[in-house]
Amino acid sequence: MFNLTGMTALVTGASGGIGSAIAKGLAAQGARLALSGSNIDKLNAFAAELGGDHVCLPCNLSDAAAVDALVPQAVEALGGKLDILLNNAGVTRDNLILRMKDEEWQDVIRINLEAAFRLMRAAAKPMMKARFGRIISITSVVGVTGNPGQANYAASKAGLIGMSKALAQELASRNVTVNCIAPGFIRSAMTDALTDAQKEAILAKIPAGALGEGDDIAAAAAYLASRQAGYVTGQTLHVNGGMAMI
Amino acid sequence: MSETADRVKKIVIEHLGVEADKVTEDASFIDDLGADSLDIVELVMAFEEEFGVEIPDDAAEKIGTVKDAIDYIDSKQ
Repeated sequence: MFNLTGMTALVTGASGGIGSAIAKGLAAQGARLALSGSNIDKLNAFAAELGGDHVCLPCNLSDAAAVDALVPQAVEALGGKLDILLNNAGVTRDNLILRMKDEEWQDVIRINLEAAFRLMRAAAKPMMKARFGRIISITSVVGVTGNPGQANYAASKAGLIGMSKALAQELASRNVTVNCIAPGFIRSAMTDALTDAQKEAILAKIPAGALGEGDDIAAAAAYLASRQAGYVTGQTLHVNGGMAMI
Repeated sequence: MSETADRVKKIVIEHLGVEADKVTEDASFIDDLGADSLDIVELVMAFEEEFGVEIPDDAAEKIGTVKDAIDYIDSKQ
């Protein structure tokens, strides 16, 4: 099941916590990857760890021209086709809205939402031509529930969901599916840094009683990327241990 | 019939899966040939590839009939 052999994928934010888990998961299912990220050293180190015949494409997602060039670069590096676009890269600039600076708003919207738009727009063309494509964006439970201090982040993640639904309708007849994965709390360097009291408060809200792992998101991504998920489009798959049931 | 017209019609027939005799020069992609807006985008992409021309969005929006496509391509060759 969910064999991705012969498929190619562009993964953004590939050296990050969830991104690297997704990249490993897709590679384990047989996909060949273009790994993108902002930190070249981290990216190269991750690619070396991953092994296999993958390529690194560093990209600053706040640079519109660089983002526009990324999909064509990936298509070329992956031998002329792109089956899977995985929009994973994202940033936070948390602040109460009363204190939120214009730059904090713009940075988050530009990297989390606008870059995804540019990548989707560029990927739609080769996928339409190929009559096959899987576009998957990593959104967040807070894009649906909201979260104090994250007006910018929640807006960007809700935006990804709406954009994906629109594109799903545009491309469904071409066998291109467009979906989102909405992780809840996933264990990462950020959650490891929380105090025990903070962790307890978070866990109290999660019926599963534990934080999620990157592998939980990778499994969802492998499913949505697979040929078997061809009839699933415009959906948001929530992977959150039951903390929000939507 | 010009060579451009032949090639344009061939692409239209293949892409939209319509009968050759329906693809007259006056035929409207949407009204007569059953194309939707996404089909038009794809046809334009196919024309660009076939003829090695770039058809910008504002020009693509004005291409409504088979003749519009032929004339535009001829004007760029």
